Amino acid sequence: MIQISNLHKSYKMGSNSLHVLKGINFKIDEGELVAIMGSSGSGKSTLLNILGMLDIADEGNYLLDNVLIKDLTETTAANYRNRFLGFVFQSFNLINYKNALENVALPLYYQGLRRKIRQQKALEYLKKVGLLNWAKHLPSELSGGQKQRVAIARAMASEPKVLLADEPTGALDSNTSREVMSLIQKINDEGKTILVVTHEIDIAKMCKRIITLKDGVIVEDKKTDQILL
Amino acid sequence: MFSRDQWQEIFETIRKNKLRTILSGFTVALGIFIFIILFGFGNGLKNSFEQFFLDDATNTLWLYPGVTSKAYQGFKDNRRIEFENSDLIDIQENFTFFLENITPRINRREVLSYKGQSNIYNIRAVAPDHQYVEKTIIMKGRFINQKDIDERTKNITIGRLVAQDIFKKEDPVGKYIEMGESAFKVVGVFQDKSGDREERLVYLPYTTRQLMEKNNDKIDQIIVSFKPELGYVGALAFEKQLGDFFKSKKVIDPTDKSGLYIRNTTERVRQNQRFASTLQIIVAFVGIGTLIAGIIGISNIMVFVVNERTKELGVRKALGATPISIVAMILNESIFITTLSGIFGLLTGIFMLSRMDDQLEQYFILDPYVDSLTALIATFLLIFFGAIAGYIPAKRAASIKPIVALRDE
Repeated sequence: MIQISNLHKSYKMGSNSLHVLKGINFKIDEGELVAIMGSSGSGKSTLLNILGMLDIADEGNYLLDNVLIKDLTETTAANYRNRFLGFVFQSFNLINYKNALENVALPLYYQGLRRKIRQQKALEYLKKVGLLNWAKHLPSELSGGQKQRVAIARAMASEPKVLLADEPTGALDSNTSREVMSLIQKINDEGKTILVVTHEIDIAKMCKRIITLKDGVIVEDKKTDQILL
Repeated sequence: MFSRDQWQEIFETIRKNKLRTILSGFTVALGIFIFIILFGFGNGLKNSFEQFFLDDATNTLWLYPGVTSKAYQGFKDNRRIEFENSDLIDIQENFTFFLENITPRINRREVLSYKGQSNIYNIRAVAPDHQYVEKTIIMKGRFINQKDIDERTKNITIGRLVAQDIFKKEDPVGKYIEMGESAFKVVGVFQDKSGDREERLVYLPYTTRQLMEKNNDKIDQIIVSFKPELGYVGALAFEKQLGDFFKSKKVIDPTDKSGLYIRNTTERVRQNQRFASTLQIIVAFVGIGTLIAGIIGISNIMVFVVNERTKELGVRKALGATPISIVAMILNESIFITTLSGIFGLLTGIFMLSRMDDQLEQYFILDPYVDSLTALIATFLLIFFGAIAGYIPAKRAASIKPIVALRDE
């Protein structure tokens, strides 16, 4: 599903340049649940952003579902993001003036679906994350865990090939973290490929495979015994 | 770009961001409203000004005979100069190039009586051209004509207020009024914008007046108007030549300042016109200033709005919004709001102006108005610049990498 070879990325910091990713190689198959582990500054978020086409690599190849992701125009990148990827962010990034239902329906709007179908689908995914009764609530009326579940519903609604989660539990307490991870496991069980970036080993252990980054290189890539929730 | 779905999305955004909507809408509405009001007031001032100063014909020379102060060519000083009919003919013959209208004037006061009612009025004996010099407006009947002059008829044209005083609700035209020994037939009623005094006048053929006064040929004053295309310089040349001509004809020392007076309205007109154009410039300046202030206001708000939405735009991009759809969204939203509120401000302003009408006349603002073209252009400009002001930050926001936009707190 995802194939990455020799990925490099550096950031210009004034006159210095910071080499964040120093040649990353891996392959992720369909249906995997992969944790990308690493302490802050290891380059894991940068990697995820490149995978999510939110950022561009300096060097290297990135194949997503056998499509080469390179030199995309903003418009094509937007279309790919819309069709292939679902995002879950640490800070949820829900649009604060839209209610849960509208937030979930938003990626469908950009897919060009009709309003009625959008509503239907959004409700379906809200139901899946157990928030059907909260459809008309604004993000400010939801708890952290609920917000993240809305965000997951939103990411899933566009039926992406890959779900990318950047520290999905970073802003949550341990109980709600487990709830959210349980939801992610459930979605994975249904066959979705999921990448979770985290710095917590507990969270990583809830995945099926852990890729550990350190200073821009992969130091470990192994299957793990998934802790089922 | 203008699908129903997109409008739904826009309305939703507008509805759910009331403060933002009201803020930008208010700026535009207020800008247009103030523009209309100020511009209207400016036009009102101009109206008053024109009513005060620009009523009489502006291209006239007034000739008054005086009393000489110097002895000259065998004549003693302190000689009273008089105008007579031949002077009119001389001017007509010698100054064809300059001349537009010419009329003598003989002023008297007399008692008019009708059906036992009497009143004293100023009677002006004039030629038909007087109508154009004084810009007299005929309401009924006619002014004194050339036939009246030639045949020395006993016809008069009376002012609106004279008619009101004497005839009450009767139609004065064709009625006879007694003046002195004889009866005069009213052939017309006139009005004059210069005010009440001018409408309490009676016009009489000057030849008739001369006949009444022992068939003399004396004239009190001569009013000539020159062709407007002569301009200021031409008017001065005309004045100079006319003065020289009369001084030589009446044998007045060329350096004598009191034998003959010529009043040239051109200088006053020039000043008035300068004042009017200054007024115009001030009005335009105020108008443009208001507009610019409005444009800056809406620009600031647009920059603020887009900045505030950076993160939202990042989220939208992560979810698959293309740069074009981001720009289109912001533009459609801002154009929609500015158009609606612009039209609202426009209508409110025009409504206020029409309500004021002449209520502010005491402050010299008469019939304030804004012509619809100016109003529409102003509204359009504000909407247009509002759109540009929205486009620039929208374009920038759309081209920010989503990752940067998402990091925005």
